Amino acid sequence: MAVHVARDVDDATRAVAVDERAELIAGGTDLMVEINFGRRRPGALVAIDRVQELRGISRSGRVRVGAGVTYTQLLADDAGSAALREASRSVGSPQIRNAGTIGGNIATSSPAGDALPVLAALEATIVVRSVRGERRVPFAEWMTGPKRNGRARDEIIVAAEWESAGPKQTFMKVGTRNAMVIAVASLALVVDASRRRVGVALGSCGPTILRADRAQSFAAGVLDELGWERQAAPTETACAEFGALVASAARPIDDVRGTAAYRSHVLSVMAARALARVAVLG
Amino acid sequence: MNDVRLRVNGVARQTAVPDHESLLTTLRERLGLPGSKNACEQGECGSCSVLMDSELVCSCLVLTAGADGRAIETVESLGADGVLHPVQQAFVDAGAVQCGFCTPGLIVAAYALLRENPEPSDLEVREALSGNLCRCTGYGTILAAVQRASRAMYRR
Ligand SMILES: Cc1cc2nc3c(=O)[nH]c(=O)nc-3n(C[C@H](O)[C@H](O)[C@H](O)COP(=O)(O)OP(=O)(O)OC[C@H]3O[C@@H](n4cnc5c(N)ncnc54)[C@H](O)[C@@H]3O)c2cc1C
Ligand code: FES
Ligand code: FES
Repeated sequence: MAVHVARDVDDATRAVAVDERAELIAGGTDLMVEINFGRRRPGALVAIDRVQELRGISRSGRVRVGAGVTYTQLLADDAGSAALREASRSVGSPQIRNAGTIGGNIATSSPAGDALPVLAALEATIVVRSVRGERRVPFAEWMTGPKRNGRARDEIIVAAEWESAGPKQTFMKVGTRNAMVIAVASLALVVDASRRRVGVALGSCGPTILRADRAQSFAAGVLDELGWERQAAPTETACAEFGALVASAARPIDDVRGTAAYRSHVLSVMAARALARVAVLG
Repeated sequence: MNDVRLRVNGVARQTAVPDHESLLTTLRERLGLPGSKNACEQGECGSCSVLMDSELVCSCLVLTAGADGRAIETVESLGADGVLHPVQQAFVDAGAVQCGFCTPGLIVAAYALLRENPEPSDLEVREALSGNLCRCTGYGTILAAVQRASRAMYRR
């Protein structure tokens, strides 16, 4: 086996188990760039882009999105997460969205991966499977560093799962233009009114996706006063305070895409707008 | 080497490819189809755009050996025997071709759009072509070409 086209998940888990050089390839939008530029030379490849089991979205109780679901699929069916749809729409271009998968984003674990702040804010669980069995990892424990995670080489990400959080959610991203852009900073905000929970997660602002705990508690306090189920706008002062708390949770660096100071600034602006936006959604 | 069978522009093709070869390289260097261009090999420029099982993708990001059994349509499938496809004719008539390097990818992307959406708005055209870069035209004539093609294809 040099390149094996997997029929189903069992076939794929066996193929990666028997050949310790084997790596998975889904949409190829991360891995093929590495291969084309000679940065990675997998000794064997297992293609999983046509594994139907990985391409489903289900909403019976918990939401479950298969790892092979593409961004284009998510634009048509956002699995009940408006933030995930917004994030998917911001990815690359039509060509990239047609091929790129949420599983590939989770596996690559770039701090700039656009699906990741959404999964963090939804408190999603990542489901991985190998010939040794299945394992479920809370997103908060998934990423261990930039482009690092706890996935064993022979484990296949099969899905991401979460409890449906309702309509009060959004994703925002700042970059140098609208299309084809790696986030300079991004933010997902989820207000789960039925569970009285606020999730805030930041992308491109630290070595992993970061959560803004103090901002979450502050927003929960604001919503206690406003009424979680209502569509009522918070005051500008509350939004600004929320923005400042979100920015203070970041651990940004200066790099080619932006300075740390700029990242903190755009985070506070995005967060204030995000809170104002989601509070009136219903 | 990996044996692969592809349906390319309606014709069954078979070839052997190394593990890491991209579909772009296979099309250009093994199958005699140099219409798809190579300008970045990283998904940024769209000049290698093709349809794979009817979906617009960058052929530089497709692993050929993993695409065994798929159907591919390249820019060469548009227009026949010296007659241009309406999208191609519209690009010529609108002056949307300068150096021409981006043109095949843009034609395939425009064709993919117009098949799904016969009368796209200007914003829809911009969105649909956002994965294709052009260094020459400034895009104005390209947007005009797509509207022209829409009228020609659907006779408005
Ligand atoms: C031009 C361009 C623009 C882009 N723009 C964006 C953007 O705006 N936002 C963004 O977030 N990303 C962007 N990306 C990156 C990329 O498209 C995404 O990260 C995408 O989600 C990767 O998915 P894939 O299926 O293509 O992964 P692949 O390239 O197939 O795989 C990536 C890695 O994940 C592993 N893998 C894939 N699937 C699984 C699985 N199920 N289980 C275990 N491991 C797996 C592979 O082994 C490989 O190491 C862009 C890429 C390009 C080329
Ligand atoms: S060569 Fe494929 S996108 Fe540029
Ligand atoms: S015409 Fe030259 S790049 Fe578009």
